[in-house]
Amino acid sequence: MSEAKVESVIADRMIEMVDVNKWYGNFHVLKDINLNVRQGERIVICGPSGSGKSTTIRCINRLEEHQQGRILVDGTELTQDLKHIEAVRREVGMVFQHFNLFPHLTVLQNCTLSPMWVRRMPKRKAHELAMHYLERVKIPEQAHKFPGQLSGGQQQRVAIARALCMQPKIMLFDEPTSSLDPEMVKEVLDTMIGLAEDGMTMLCVTHEMGFARTVADRVIFMDRGEIVEEAEPNTFFTNPVNERTKLFLSQILH
Amino acid sequence: MQTHHFKPDLPPPRQSIGPAAWLRANLFSSWFNGLLTVVALYLIWLIVPPLVQWAFLDADWLGETRADCTSDGACWVFIKQRFGQFMYGFYPTELRWRVDLTVVLAILGAAPLFISAMPRKALYGIVFLLVYPLVAYWLLHGGMGLEVVRTSQWGGLMLTLVIAAVGIAGALPLGIALALGRRSDMPAIRVICVTFIEFWRGVPLITVLFMSSVMLPLFLPEGMSFDKLIRALIGVILFQSAYIAEVVRGGLQAIPKGQYEAAEAMGLGYWRVMGLVILPQALKMVIPGIVNTFISLFKDTSLVIIIGLFDLLNSIKQATTDPAWLGMATEGYVFAALVFWIFCFGMSRYSMHLERKLDTSHKH
Repeated sequence: MSEAKVESVIADRMIEMVDVNKWYGNFHVLKDINLNVRQGERIVICGPSGSGKSTTIRCINRLEEHQQGRILVDGTELTQDLKHIEAVRREVGMVFQHFNLFPHLTVLQNCTLSPMWVRRMPKRKAHELAMHYLERVKIPEQAHKFPGQLSGGQQQRVAIARALCMQPKIMLFDEPTSSLDPEMVKEVLDTMIGLAEDGMTMLCVTHEMGFARTVADRVIFMDRGEIVEEAEPNTFFTNPVNERTKLFLSQILH
Repeated sequence: MQTHHFKPDLPPPRQSIGPAAWLRANLFSSWFNGLLTVVALYLIWLIVPPLVQWAFLDADWLGETRADCTSDGACWVFIKQRFGQFMYGFYPTELRWRVDLTVVLAILGAAPLFISAMPRKALYGIVFLLVYPLVAYWLLHGGMGLEVVRTSQWGGLMLTLVIAAVGIAGALPLGIALALGRRSDMPAIRVICVTFIEFWRGVPLITVLFMSSVMLPLFLPEGMSFDKLIRALIGVILFQSAYIAEVVRGGLQAIPKGQYEAAEAMGLGYWRVMGLVILPQALKMVIPGIVNTFISLFKDTSLVIIIGLFDLLNSIKQATTDPAWLGMATEGYVFAALVFWIFCFGMSRYSMHLERKLDTSHKH
């Protein structure tokens, strides 16, 4: 492991996926995924449903287990070793499509849970940290409400604050705006753009092409478990190389 | 540009409020409902006045012997005379203060747990749960300076409460552990838990009690025996934990996968995921089922008659066979029903209160 650590620090790589393969039963969902993400890089992954884009980012914090290939996150390789898995999860924040806030805890308690129980921070410090990030996503006044009392957009912003409270090095977004009412998409995207401007390493599965154009360093297009095309946004949108990418873009950009 | 003018909110139309409208809507909305209302009123008239007549108006309240019951109504003198036996069984009269003290300590000790502003509540709760059973055992059973009262002398409501309280306190944690085990990723643990649950759910409680009392001593080495009540308590705990486990499993299954994922993605380990995120939600969801199990446990305590223990119901039954008080069965059983009902209704109301209190306006 220490050898791997040295190697990736030199390359300034936060995430390294080498020939990653994964199957759900007999279904080959990821095929030879190779992906390197440098520190501070913002990557948008798009593609039709069932293309394996969510599975790809869920492999990065081991919510899904890959069966072949190697995944290194900040120099730590993901193996069966629970210690490695928990070490990686401490450095990787995740935002889900359906928010997945804990409904029995207040907004503030949602945010202080991991600082207190994973980072062993004293309660008062965890509170300060949580309030800091809730202010950053612009809902400090909702701190003592329960998630069920907030709108979808507010809930997703709380989910972002909750992930930031772990002070992660990497943020993963799994279709963060897909289950929101159209009126609320903007507030969440604005929060994400703010985060990108501050230099957070981000991987984002989304169909918000406007967002991809504004903040992404690279856009990755996946289909049938493979990375089909990978380019910086300007090239990707104006001059895609691959036939399949053109078809996809023509369908979602109308 | 045009501006839309929104209409003001208006009060509801007149005919939908007021007592007349309520009667029409709830009792006489159709000819069939009207008929049902009339029949129900007739039944109430048939049942309630004679009951009140028997239980209150014609009842005998004062006196000391059966001869004092001269009217046609209920003879509550019987209950009054035997009240001590119904509450304490054969617990020595001069030592009954120890039982009273145990109950008072339970109430005083648990009270802070119901004050929402109490600081360090969790810590206090754990200390209370660890210390109180020892104190209660010492007070009830004796030893270390107190006169020993053997469990064969325990009885009445006191015995009912001991079995119910120990059963609940033991079955809940064991049931939760079994439910988690049944959903474990480790096959060995899963198989053990499934076997345990299915075994205990498959046998009637009365068999369990009978086995613990009659069969178990046959398998134990010569001269080795332990208290009959303890054997019954272990039987009740193991039996009820299987039911609790299935109720809790239902709650665990109702928690969306996303909750596990969100908690795991934070780097929380298995026990923290369960203890901080999953179980608080799952248990809240199954409060009605858990309380239902507790209520049935409370009532099942009377089955201990099969092994010769006299709980509230059996103490009353025994008293009705006393030649001096023949013919008092109705009064006895009505009293037993009333006491059981008060406790069970109390549990049911408390569970409803708990559900409301824990409601965080979340709908899955």
